Amino acid sequence: MVENTFRCEQVWREVSNYIDGEVDAALRSSMDEHFRTCKRCASVLAGTRNVVQLYGDERMLDVPAGFSRRLEKRLENRLTHDSAVKGSRWSSWSAWLVPVAAMALIAGGLLLTNNLTHWHFVRSQHAEPAYKIPPDLVVVVSDGAKLFHVPGCPFIHDKASERTMTAKEAMQEGYVPCTRCLRQYLKTGMSGHSATEVAEGGRVEEEEREETLSVAGH
Amino acid sequence: MTLTNPTHDAAREQDLILQVQRGQSELFYELVRPYERRVYAAALAILRNEQDAEDTAQEAMLKAFANIRQFRAEARFSTWLIQITVNQALMRRRRERTVPMEGLDNRRDVSDNENEYAPRDFADWREIPSEALERKEVRQRLAEALATLDRKYREVFVLRDMEHLNIQETAEALGITVASVKTRLLRARLMLRDLLAAGWEQGWFSRLPFEKGNKPW
Ligand SMILES: [Zn+2]
Ligand SMILES: [Zn+2]
Repeated sequence: MVENTFRCEQVWREVSNYIDGEVDAALRSSMDEHFRTCKRCASVLAGTRNVVQLYGDERMLDVPAGFSRRLEKRLENRLTHDSAVKGSRWSSWSAWLVPVAAMALIAGGLLLTNNLTHWHFVRSQHAEPAYKIPPDLVVVVSDGAKLFHVPGCPFIHDKASERTMTAKEAMQEGYVPCTRCLRQYLKTGMSGHSATEVAEGGRVEEEEREETLSVAGH
Repeated sequence: MTLTNPTHDAAREQDLILQVQRGQSELFYELVRPYERRVYAAALAILRNEQDAEDTAQEAMLKAFANIRQFRAEARFSTWLIQITVNQALMRRRRERTVPMEGLDNRRDVSDNENEYAPRDFADWREIPSEALERKEVRQRLAEALATLDRKYREVFVLRDMEHLNIQETAEALGITVASVKTRLLRARLMLRDLLAAGWEQGWFSRLPFEKGNKPW
């Protein structure tokens, strides 16, 4: 081994930065000098470079068989659903709000004043799979709210704490479907407004309540 | 595929992003498709379970879709996507707490400098050519070697050297300092180098398709 300005340990400490071009010119030239004369460090450099080159290769990114197909399918489910919801979000939603508000008025104060009762009512209703939400539909839940939504629903309570899961998982965790974005699934076999739908109209989350009340007040 | 013009690809990507942001949802898969393997690898590095990684990769894609309007053109789309994935994977790991004490060492930058790693093998390096990666068995060996690294080294290495995030981006994705990324990266690379050297002894690469004159022995 040739006497060097550098000790091998110093070279090892910097070899990774050297490869990444993260050493200044002075350090680089001292290291170049060292690599020329020290076989040990030359081996460390060559091997480290080899590691970076091999693992950096696209071919190292293996995915399980069928991965792409499953991903595409899940995206497709969700995106198709999204455009369906998006297309109707504002137009049919406001149209739908009126009958619910009307129902609320007809029912008197009951629906709006006794949230808790209806909460339980809804929960027990929902314990049975009364609606036809696809179990693997991707939905969003958030802290401090009991509803689950289609991602992007304007009524998601706290967007910062959003979590994504399937509808099945959400229901298992005790969440109930948002009547706005998941309305299309909430129809039961009953004619007109189902019990679920009416009850849902009365149980509203914090930010939704005001809105429903103000509509009902008109 | 590797022959396509990168400038054209970048322009196409910008275009796709804009269109998806304007509501052309059906183009989203085309937009993310080039990164699906990287997204999966990032999730796998953190979760170490194929099923969880796949699920998280899908969730991350959906999350990216849901937030596509928040994407700003100053960032690289791939980086943004990987960061969402890392985030989802870390959240999942915290939620499931599959490994006791998870989350403790990852956020702590102290002790990275304690007991520095010294290379063990100093024999002339026998180059493993990239062509060797054509063999699934070789890829598997490399993946196994990587899997033996401690989490904090493995995560940094995967994001930096396999996902090709830069050092700053890696630091941000994992919530650690730049200095910490550098230290861990060094160590991960040196450890892998020793593991590959030992792999030679175990005959991992014995039947490599070396070109003429490139035989290491
Ligand atoms: Zn040396
Ligand atoms: Zn909703």
